[in-house]
Amino acid sequence: MPLITYREAIRHALAEELERDKNVVVLGEEVAQFHGAYKVTEGLLEKFGPKRIVDTPISEAGFIGMGVGASMLGIRPVMELMFWSFYSVAFDQILNNAANVRYMSGGLINCPIVIRGPANGGTNVGATHSHTPENVLANHPGVKVVVPSTPYDAKGLLKSAIRDNDPVFFLENTILYGDKGEVPTDEYLIPLGLADVKRVGTDLTIVTYGRCVLHSLAAAEQLQKEHNISVEVVDLRSIRPLDIDTVLASVAKTHRVLIVEEQKPFSSVGSQLAFMIQKEAFDELDGPIHRLTTVDAPAIYSPPVEFEQLPNPQRVIKAALEALA
Amino acid sequence: MPSPVNKKPSATAVAQAADSAPCASPALSAPINQQLTKADKIALFTTMMRIRRFEERSLRAYQAKKIGGFLHLYIGQEAVAVGCCSLMGKNDHVITAYRDHGHAIAVGMGLNEQMAELYGKATGCSKGKGGSMHFFAPDRNFWGGHGIVGGQIPLGTGLAYALKYKGLKGAAMAFMGDGAVNQGAVHEAYNLASLWQLPVIFVIENNGYSMGTSQERSSAGDLGKRAAGYDMAWASCDGHDVYDVRATMDKFLQLAREESKPAVVEIRTYRYRGHSVADPDNTYRPKAEIEEYRKTKDPIQVFQQALVAEGVLSDALIESIDQSARAESEAAAEFAEASPFPTPDDIQKDVYWEADHPTERKSQGRLFFD
Amino acid sequence: MAQIIDMPKLSDTMTVGTLVKWLKNEGDVVKSGDMLAEVETDKATMELESFFDGTLLKQFVPAGGQVEIGAPLAAIGKPGEKIEAPAVKSAPIAAPVAKPLAPAAAPAPVAVSAPAPTPAAAPAPLAPRPSPLAPAAAGRVRISPLARKLAEEKGLDYSRVKGSGPQGRIVREDILTAAKNPPAPAPAAAATKAAAPKANAWPWRSVLDKSPVQADSVAPLSNMRAIIARRLVESKTTIPHFYLEIEVDSAPLSALRNNLNAGLTKDGVRLSVNDFVLKACAAALRAVPAVNSSWDATAIKYHSAAHVSFAVAIEDGLITPVIKDTDTKTLFQISAEAKDLGKRAKDKKLAPAEFTGGTFCVSNLGMMGITRFSAIINPPNSAILAVGTSVKVPVVKDGAIVIGERLALTLSCDHRVVDGAVGAKFLNALRDHLENPALLLL
Repeated sequence: MPLITYREAIRHALAEELERDKNVVVLGEEVAQFHGAYKVTEGLLEKFGPKRIVDTPISEAGFIGMGVGASMLGIRPVMELMFWSFYSVAFDQILNNAANVRYMSGGLINCPIVIRGPANGGTNVGATHSHTPENVLANHPGVKVVVPSTPYDAKGLLKSAIRDNDPVFFLENTILYGDKGEVPTDEYLIPLGLADVKRVGTDLTIVTYGRCVLHSLAAAEQLQKEHNISVEVVDLRSIRPLDIDTVLASVAKTHRVLIVEEQKPFSSVGSQLAFMIQKEAFDELDGPIHRLTTVDAPAIYSPPVEFEQLPNPQRVIKAALEALA
Repeated sequence: MPSPVNKKPSATAVAQAADSAPCASPALSAPINQQLTKADKIALFTTMMRIRRFEERSLRAYQAKKIGGFLHLYIGQEAVAVGCCSLMGKNDHVITAYRDHGHAIAVGMGLNEQMAELYGKATGCSKGKGGSMHFFAPDRNFWGGHGIVGGQIPLGTGLAYALKYKGLKGAAMAFMGDGAVNQGAVHEAYNLASLWQLPVIFVIENNGYSMGTSQERSSAGDLGKRAAGYDMAWASCDGHDVYDVRATMDKFLQLAREESKPAVVEIRTYRYRGHSVADPDNTYRPKAEIEEYRKTKDPIQVFQQALVAEGVLSDALIESIDQSARAESEAAAEFAEASPFPTPDDIQKDVYWEADHPTERKSQGRLFFD
Repeated sequence: MAQIIDMPKLSDTMTVGTLVKWLKNEGDVVKSGDMLAEVETDKATMELESFFDGTLLKQFVPAGGQVEIGAPLAAIGKPGEKIEAPAVKSAPIAAPVAKPLAPAAAPAPVAVSAPAPTPAAAPAPLAPRPSPLAPAAAGRVRISPLARKLAEEKGLDYSRVKGSGPQGRIVREDILTAAKNPPAPAPAAAATKAAAPKANAWPWRSVLDKSPVQADSVAPLSNMRAIIARRLVESKTTIPHFYLEIEVDSAPLSALRNNLNAGLTKDGVRLSVNDFVLKACAAALRAVPAVNSSWDATAIKYHSAAHVSFAVAIEDGLITPVIKDTDTKTLFQISAEAKDLGKRAKDKKLAPAEFTGGTFCVSNLGMMGITRFSAIINPPNSAILAVGTSVKVPVVKDGAIVIGERLALTLSCDHRVVDGAVGAKFLNALRDHLENPALLLL
């Protein structure tokens, strides 16, 4: 099976869906002529032309609102936020219009948009460029939120997201763009709302998503070798809809839970998970639910210190050992 | 007391102030108005009257606690919605803000479903889920009804984008009030529309006040003229004269449809009521100003006088149309009163397309939480 | 009839209005659109518009009066028209959430005076706050939810298990270990065991024998006693028990049983009364399945399978082995299974699955001579049947007194789940089957 990068996987997904459905349009800042700020959309302009791959001015509220309006008439825009941190300047369009228009019209309208882009810290870009807003987004009924961790997942999930008739927010990671993984050439789709057990284990369940999946897998290797602890890693892949059943099945097996997320702690995705796990699998818990998050402060610039602010394999190991006490 | 509004000279005013003996509107001679039949004119008049009576009946219902939340009345602005919407072709679309009852009636939505929506009933046009600010009728090319000031303008730009993308000859009319023109999203939309030459007409229904703040106290410069900064065509006309509204808008609609050119049209109008029913508009405008408008520029009066002069309307017909409009609004209130509310089970419907179409759902997992 | 004008809702948060000033007086002519009065709301002072034409016949509220929305303010109509005395209007259904009646004045802020800054005093470092949770009170055991569940499944009393988790929490490992190494029984228990008399073998002694009735001793609770105690206290104190009694003509049952046993002795089969009762209960559960249920806090669970359990007295206590899917088994299968389970219960060789999961319980003290009694419900069942012994008694038959045989059944019911009528139906079904015992052979 071919080995391609995460960014290539996204690019292929875009290309295949652009080919398949004439209503799909890619819009965003620098997506066309510049070949994409992170080179994700490189080559698409040449292949599909300026009507399908559209460079927008720096105008998130404007072009995202425009995309939402166009989607009401059947266009399927895939809009790039250069950083998901920029969502806040388009908050009204994303979370009042895209999320609510269906409801406020009593079901007469739907908005089949995709907004995609990287949502991550760890690149020393400072407090305003390092947001991971999946928790904020997922809090809004009407939207869907997806955070893939591998090239395989990215491609299958993005294709499903584009074909989905509800607004889907697709959160990537600049640090993962260069990661290589096996991706089939034949077409495949991954449904939203289906988690993936990335590593089978018996002693501890780590529930995680995005780049933290990779940290958790690295930590699991070391935990097995040095501590003889068998860790199961559950990659949520989708925050909303949420595959809580896979998580609960894992908890019923291991009875110990550690949530690992690149999120500031208050009202993080893990907060919601912890409530659901203790409510629905109370009798399976042999200890409290533990959580490893970003340290609760705005993203620090200083490079070596930012590394310590975010989850990393060493911090995961420490948290895992605490969770097994 | 703040000085009366709309005394500033307009850049390209078309109609004269109708203050003394009624004279035929110069706009009547425009071809778009010349091609109106007698029946067409009666229909325009009837629609304006129906809007007026519906709004009055809603106010009564609100004061009787039948309607909750906000209620923004269109009384005094009828000619704008009726004039603009009467020009819609099959590929033209309309979107507006929260003062949307007039547009809803003008595109042909029923009074029953609108009143039921105000009452929060399941028979409402949005199943009771939207309320006054959120009437929608996609089958009539009417896309709402939006609550956040200016938030609908990028959406309207998107409608135009879709029309152009699909190669359809049509235009989007995106309405806003004079209070919205300073929102960032509106400027972003102007830029996109002009940059990409999208067939959208940004219609500013300037009723002189953004809630309690007059135009002079809100906005620097002329509202329509800002379009020039974005290289867009623009105009300003009087919204109390439905012929003038039609004549002005027709020009820009043609440009949009034929040449995909955007434009900004400021239509000067007036509202007799406060911003919403809770607004006791005595803090920002004198009573005399409202009375002046009622006497000299009431759009229904103006049109009525014109049509009487043209021999289209008689007193008997006017009376009959008025009574009919009152009766229709009263019947709508009765319909709303008798209709059931949605049930708690309805709360989580119409949230996701997938949840509402379970047999076609491709995703798995939980969409809702408790 | 004159039109009554009520205090209108003039803002989205208004609940009361003050009629500041009347703009029209009684007797004035009023047109639709005229302003009748000035009304002060929580937000502003607005004008009250008339929607009707006529004469202002009556003002109900004087200037300065404050009334709720919907209260009558005035009547408009034709002069001399009758005015209906305004009835107190109840608030319409779609009333907004009640807000405090007083006009919205900001509540006096709680006086928090900033402490005068002490110059040159360095701010104290944030001391770690003491945990609001007190350490485990004496007698309260820290145990993980999983470990507690496991302990219950194994019939283990976890109050005597040492916890290896943080703050002495008992975790799964601890229960598994404890299950493998049960604590040694207290020595005093052995003495009391030996003293348990056989039924009806009373040690006759003279009153001149002044020796103690038994040795003074304090027997620590065994696991089983502790669990029985806890469960039965929980049952008796949380379940609203009520009791239904019915008498069964047990003559047909005795006759059939004796016949069958006579014919089957050579095969080593011996049917007990209880076997018939278990089978009859299963049939009655199928007839009145509402009894085959459990209370579950916010719902009642109805079970698709009927698993009848029966109480077995064992050394130091009591256990209730379960016959799974009782109603799908023949009388003979039930008899064999009950014998086997009973024996293994006494040998303490039952697996947890064999004494849990019952949906109904039968307690039979007939063989101990008890004529009737009431049993305590075995949670999560919603009923328990207490069976007495068959007695020969005079009965009325066709107007004459003859000798009959009667068996007393007492059904204890959980009134949250099973009402009198349902319980009665169940007992009737049970009686019908027991009085026509041939049905139990099908």
